[in-house]
Amino acid sequence: MVAFALALMHGVAGAQAQETPVAFTGARVIPVDAPEIDAGVVVVHKGKIVAVGPAATTAIAVDAKRVDCAGKVIMPGIVDTHSHLGGIAGADGSSTVQPDVRVMDSINPADSGFRRALAGGLTTLNIMPGSGHLLSGQTVYVKLRAVPGAEPRDGVVVRIEDLAIRNADGTIAGGIKMANGTNPMRDAPFSSTRGKHAAIVRQMFIDAQQYARKLAEATAPDGTVNAEKAPARDLGKEALGKALSRSAIIHHHTHRADDIATVLRISEEFNLRVVLQHVSEASLIPAQIKEAQDAGRVLGCSVILIDSPGGKLEAVNLNYDTGRILDEAGVLVCFHTDDWITDSRLFLRMAALAVRAGMKRDSAIKALTINGAIMMDLQDRIGTLTPGKDADLVILSGDPFSVYTKVEQTWVEGSLVFDRSRPVDRLHAVGGWGAGRDQEPYFCCFGSGSFAFKGQQYQFGGGNSAATDAADTQAK
Amino acid sequence: MNTLIIRHTSGLAHRAALAVALSLTLASGALAQLAIIGERVFTMGPAGTIDNAVVLIDDKGKIALVGPLASTTIPAGTRTINAKVVTPGLVDARSTLGLSGITNSRHDSDQLERSAPVQPELRALDAYNPQEPLVAFTRSFGITTVNTGHAPGELVSGQTLIVKLRGETVDAATVRPTSMVAATLSPQALKDGGKSPGTRAKQMAMLRAELIKAQEHRRAMKSHADKLAAHRAKPDAKPEDAPKPPERNLRTEMFVRVLERELPIAITAHRAQDIASALRLKEEFELDLILDGACEAGTMIEQIKQAGVPVVLHPMMMRAVGETENASFETAAKLKAAGITVAIQSGYEAYVPKARIILLEAAIAAANGMSQQDALATITIDAARILRIDSRVGSLEPGKDADLAMYSGDPFEYTTRCIGVVIDGQIVSDQPR
Repeated sequence: MVAFALALMHGVAGAQAQETPVAFTGARVIPVDAPEIDAGVVVVHKGKIVAVGPAATTAIAVDAKRVDCAGKVIMPGIVDTHSHLGGIAGADGSSTVQPDVRVMDSINPADSGFRRALAGGLTTLNIMPGSGHLLSGQTVYVKLRAVPGAEPRDGVVVRIEDLAIRNADGTIAGGIKMANGTNPMRDAPFSSTRGKHAAIVRQMFIDAQQYARKLAEATAPDGTVNAEKAPARDLGKEALGKALSRSAIIHHHTHRADDIATVLRISEEFNLRVVLQHVSEASLIPAQIKEAQDAGRVLGCSVILIDSPGGKLEAVNLNYDTGRILDEAGVLVCFHTDDWITDSRLFLRMAALAVRAGMKRDSAIKALTINGAIMMDLQDRIGTLTPGKDADLVILSGDPFSVYTKVEQTWVEGSLVFDRSRPVDRLHAVGGWGAGRDQEPYFCCFGSGSFAFKGQQYQFGGGNSAATDAADTQAK
Repeated sequence: MNTLIIRHTSGLAHRAALAVALSLTLASGALAQLAIIGERVFTMGPAGTIDNAVVLIDDKGKIALVGPLASTTIPAGTRTINAKVVTPGLVDARSTLGLSGITNSRHDSDQLERSAPVQPELRALDAYNPQEPLVAFTRSFGITTVNTGHAPGELVSGQTLIVKLRGETVDAATVRPTSMVAATLSPQALKDGGKSPGTRAKQMAMLRAELIKAQEHRRAMKSHADKLAAHRAKPDAKPEDAPKPPERNLRTEMFVRVLERELPIAITAHRAQDIASALRLKEEFELDLILDGACEAGTMIEQIKQAGVPVVLHPMMMRAVGETENASFETAAKLKAAGITVAIQSGYEAYVPKARIILLEAAIAAANGMSQQDALATITIDAARILRIDSRVGSLEPGKDADLAMYSGDPFEYTTRCIGVVIDGQIVSDQPR
């Protein structure tokens, strides 16, 4: 398996690109926050976008390296609000709520999936643990950025710290992963009814509120903590405290309309900030979601579009129309890969299929870029081609929503990180020897096996699936 | 054009070229009941691709003629449908549709019986549910014929059958009640805990033993037939003295049909070494082999070509993991370029998407080195050839079943919609998908 590691070999790539301005000329530019520009110019310097505009009125520094993009399309780097790449494993089987667990401690940055994500034009990911728990841990926001020295096969190990996005205070950015519905319904020590699920989650937040109150009482106005009065440090409650103070976003797996309503109810009780993830039946209750969004408790819906409905009972109403219906109702919509569920290389396709079902093209582009950024509190840094933002962009061979269009290059923070003309990158774009994974994916509900629920036997797998024998991965 | 507009002609609708000698008209006696007009018609047959063409459908549900609009007489009163693009109804060469249902729960998952590793006697006929919601969903993309049945995952998991995606009962849907015996040479059909087959070599040993047993049964049947003929030839033959036939055994009988090449054996093999084993078995028993899945077929092109074996390739968007880690979007194009007959299947999916759509899978091949025409062939005429139903479906030719799909543009484009589907001359789907 090749290391996840990025280019220095090209003239414009790597560290030098940070020092010399790069001007992309001649492309149809989709800035997202402004009308599309035919034969536009995008200038990047020191990892940031410095200018975007028509060729006639956009200054290009004399020393700028020019990249001719005539006939191409340039759009912002694509944002994926829900990915399981990196061979991750969050919470274990000991409890259904484990807010202390950080998914960043389980990521393998050498996973070939990251290269394939770049081949799909993805530049920012929210990497999350699975949905087999009510709360499966803390997520991490990453950039698939160039790491100097980390050339494929040279043995340099990239750490998650190199890829993680940082908050203003230097801490690593991320949210909290929660789930309801059938995925977290499991035998003891888990629980298997919706009423119990809600009760567990409410008590969890109440306990975290009490912890936060005690901590506040033990903290002097100058910030010093009285160690004798303070509660013993609790990693899980600390993480939940960030959700209660609205600094951490809860990314909530939820499918059925009544389960979505439960998330809205709990987010109101605890004044949380939630991104509704998957939302197979959101199209049944768009007005209620819009109301929660207007109230500041829901940031929007992160939608998955699967080629066919079903796979489990709660997803039988999944459809191609959800993005359009929510968008028309004024709900902020983004898409996500849920990679391994869908392939990061084909993420543009998901938005295109939503357009097939009538979603406005502009909305579908936003759903791949700025809207996802908003749902990760990263809208000031990524998601549009705007001067001052990170120089994350994708160069496409044609229309973003055509099956025939190829991602030709992906740039992150001013560095070329994927170039289809390079054999190792092409390999990961089309597949073939060395591009895949010899290990089964890990996370809830993919693989084979069965479980009993309310007198009904449910099964996964059992057939021509690559993961058929991964019986033990189910819901662990 | 995103909706299906059906009109009735009020006379000779297209008078542009009515020079009688040149005009195409229906054979006498055949009544056109439906005319489908396409700005582009991919016939996938000898007529090629025709712009501004019409497909006339008779009242028996067969194609009466296909020809340029300008030189075709559409009989008065014929219902007409206009579409940007018309293709033959799509043919899915390998699926578990109707056996692996939308809820993925016990009550609708009949694609794999795990009680024994070798059960070719399991008929798909007894398991296919034409009322399964995913059947209508699949059809709405233009898929009209499907080879479906028992999934890979046991050494010999059962049979497949060919259905049209219409009819309320399996009998009404069936084109061919038994189309293949499905076998699997791969780790997904291995057992743990000391049960067989526990290794790849044991898989082959067990398959060979079954086929040898079938050879013996065939010999015994032949010997019995000879003795019976001799017995009956005697003038004083008494029925009670007739030689007893060998005992019947459904399993062995199925293997005899495979040995007789009355049925192909579809062997699911992804790794090159498993493909090689399938070819070895074919050679030893002179089987009619279809390679199924065949992830690494791109590395075995010469061997597959020499064996003259068709490939029913995995869905292009199959996950590249474990034994399929080397999957490539370009395999279909490579096989086609080498002259191998290739179909792209929807296959079996354990979780999601519960039903893959071959139209969307072949689109990925069309975007990765395959021509639009060749990619369309993998889900029409070449799939029909592999299934040996190309005399009935897979192309738009006079006399064939009137199975058609209509699209708002290039069928492979993500944003194109399927606007209508016709099976045996009947409109079975008219909601844009």
